[in-house]
Amino acid sequence: MNAFLLMLPAALVLAVAGLAAFAWALRSGQFEDPKGDAARILGDDDRPG
Amino acid sequence: MTALSSGCPSGLSIATEMAASQDPSAFVVSRNGHQTLDILVRGASCGGCLSKIEKAVGALPGVDVARLNLSIGRLQVAWTGSLKPKLVIETITGLGYGASAFEPAEADSASAKTERRLFTALVVAGVATAGVMFLSEPLWFGSDLPDDTRTILRLISAVVAIPAAAFAGLPFYTSALASIRSRQLNMDVPISLAVILALGLSVVETINGGRHAFFDAAVMLLFFLLIGRVLDARLRRQAYSAANALAAMQTASATRLRADGAAEAIKASDVRAGDTLLIAAGERLAVNAEVVSGTSEADLRLVTGEVEPAPTFPGQVIHAGAINLSAPLRVRALARADQSLMADVARLLEAGEQKKSAYRKLADKAAEIYVPQVHAMAALGFVGWLAFGATTAQAAFVAITVLIITCPCALALAAPLVQVVAAGALFRRGIYLSSGDALERLATVDHVVFDKTGTLTLGDPVLRREGLDAGVLKDAARLARASHHPFSRAVARAAGTGPVADEVTEYPGQGVSGFVDGRFARLGSASFVGVERGTGSELWYAVEGEALRVMHFDDTIRADAAETVARLKRMGLTVELLSGDSSSRVARAASAAGISDWRGEATPVSKAERLAALQAEGRKVLMVGDGLNDAAALAGAHASIAPGGAVDVSRLASDCVFSGDSLSAVADIIEVARTARRRMRENFGLAAIYNLLAVPVALAGWVTPLIAALAMSGSSAVVTLNALRLAGRRALPESP
Repeated sequence: MNAFLLMLPAALVLAVAGLAAFAWALRSGQFEDPKGDAARILGDDDRPG
Repeated sequence: MTALSSGCPSGLSIATEMAASQDPSAFVVSRNGHQTLDILVRGASCGGCLSKIEKAVGALPGVDVARLNLSIGRLQVAWTGSLKPKLVIETITGLGYGASAFEPAEADSASAKTERRLFTALVVAGVATAGVMFLSEPLWFGSDLPDDTRTILRLISAVVAIPAAAFAGLPFYTSALASIRSRQLNMDVPISLAVILALGLSVVETINGGRHAFFDAAVMLLFFLLIGRVLDARLRRQAYSAANALAAMQTASATRLRADGAAEAIKASDVRAGDTLLIAAGERLAVNAEVVSGTSEADLRLVTGEVEPAPTFPGQVIHAGAINLSAPLRVRALARADQSLMADVARLLEAGEQKKSAYRKLADKAAEIYVPQVHAMAALGFVGWLAFGATTAQAAFVAITVLIITCPCALALAAPLVQVVAAGALFRRGIYLSSGDALERLATVDHVVFDKTGTLTLGDPVLRREGLDAGVLKDAARLARASHHPFSRAVARAAGTGPVADEVTEYPGQGVSGFVDGRFARLGSASFVGVERGTGSELWYAVEGEALRVMHFDDTIRADAAETVARLKRMGLTVELLSGDSSSRVARAASAAGISDWRGEATPVSKAERLAALQAEGRKVLMVGDGLNDAAALAGAHASIAPGGAVDVSRLASDCVFSGDSLSAVADIIEVARTARRRMRENFGLAAIYNLLAVPVALAGWVTPLIAALAMSGSSAVVTLNALRLAGRRALPESP
């Protein structure tokens, strides 16, 4: 029962954290151009953006 | 900007030839101290293209941002200072890509927002499903679990599932409410009922320490259904951006003369009746207009289907879609761009649209049968169990499990999945669908009506080479390169790139003169070189001290036209040719393509009437056409296809647009549509079988949360795999 009380909140917190990370990724436009991002990774310049 | 650096370095994409006469300054928007411009780039398909374009544009003076979205082919440029927007376009076209400025439509950002909202709902439902499943596992299999542990697990499930279902289910609840209000029950009604009742029942069972809680089923249901919704939204947006891409290929800007005589570039949509416009040679008219001054010729192929250019003179009215050929014209706009249609064409278009919206989709038909049956079953279960002495709570449990287990997951996935897979297969071949239900209509056609100019034929005349001296061609081409006349362009194309003659003068409607190697030369109509017997469909070349030469042209039919017609006939379709061009030309094209049933000199109205007559006979007609004169027929037909070079109206009126020179796309589209329809029907069949098995189990009261979870995911998986068969099989022959 003790393990329960520790693990369940932990699992919930992790799930919420994952959701928040996804929401951030979606909002910052990371799903807008999958083809372009795949090509960009092979580009010569290491400048982010 | 050498010929070597032209187009996509991977060779994946063929650069398109573009008329870069458009002035993009009308599309520049000032934002936070920056000038920004959205450009649609065609031909870019790999990382090489991406870095080449971004580097070249980024190197222009003052440019701060140049970012190309490779997925949708859109380049966003932002700069400060006095950079000429036309230079940006020229830089891209100089690299060998097609580029045109455009105005991002508001509808597009709205549909992007909807898609993002659905995607978020999908992820929320997915995470909740995973979480609740994890909690449900001990409930399913741990028969020795103490009661208080069970209650705790269920309470936590409730805490996760209820908010998740409230958020992720919103699209369904709102749609269900709207459908109840309009008294036309759609699939969202049983979906919403099932989710809400499942949650309600589970809460009651948890509080009372009952046998079963369906929190997992409720969120899993939403998860599966949202997959279908997201795919559907993505398909619609893809179709929309494809239509956008094609629209940007057309002239979208115009040059207006202000009262003080100064010229300004404006968007075609900003032209008002009464504006004075300047139409350069080679420019396409965006609105209906009356010629004020200037004498030229107009290419009416897209307006009437006639191959021969018509002379234009002051006082004459020219319709939108015509291309000015030889000399600049000053015209007065008669209507706005969106109203620049012949009145009866517009009326017919509207009638066609209405007919199309009356088409009932397969999925809607299925919902109509399905919804009342499911609800009747649930009611029957409730009454039946009460009659056999069960308590109200037990009877309600049975009724609710019937609703949960029959919730149309598989049914809701059946159509969109197939449509997305089929549309993706077509998309890779350069064929764009306007909507998912277009596939359903395309699958059922039994008669194909082709337009001639630009559809069955390539539209551009081609020089007949037999009996023509190579030296003469080379010399004539030096004059031809200076003219926009279709015959001159054909000569120039046949000769390839080269120099232009000296002191070239163009005489509108007659020909071109100039000096070739120091000798005076003329290229033009029979009367222009002093020949009496001309038919108007040839070009004469005269050089001082040499005999006259004549050049003939063919309106070449697409290379695979005859093959495509034969293939359509083998597929059990009848084929007909319906054109606005002269009967003799139509007859020639018909025999070359192997079509025995043809009609020439058709007006836009008679085209639409012919289609209406065919449909009155019960034929399901597929119209293939590109011109303004086809628009009404396209809109009125059961299904319609337009080639990429078609005018805006025709493309918008069509269900499907194909790019490239190959007519075999028409047969391919029908084949894919037929396969897709078969898959869809199979999927509905599978969903029906699933229900036949599931409903008795639910009525018997044997449904446990584990059975519900297995049944739902199992049926969804079967439907999905069946839809994917469309992609696995080589549904389409590779394009040559």
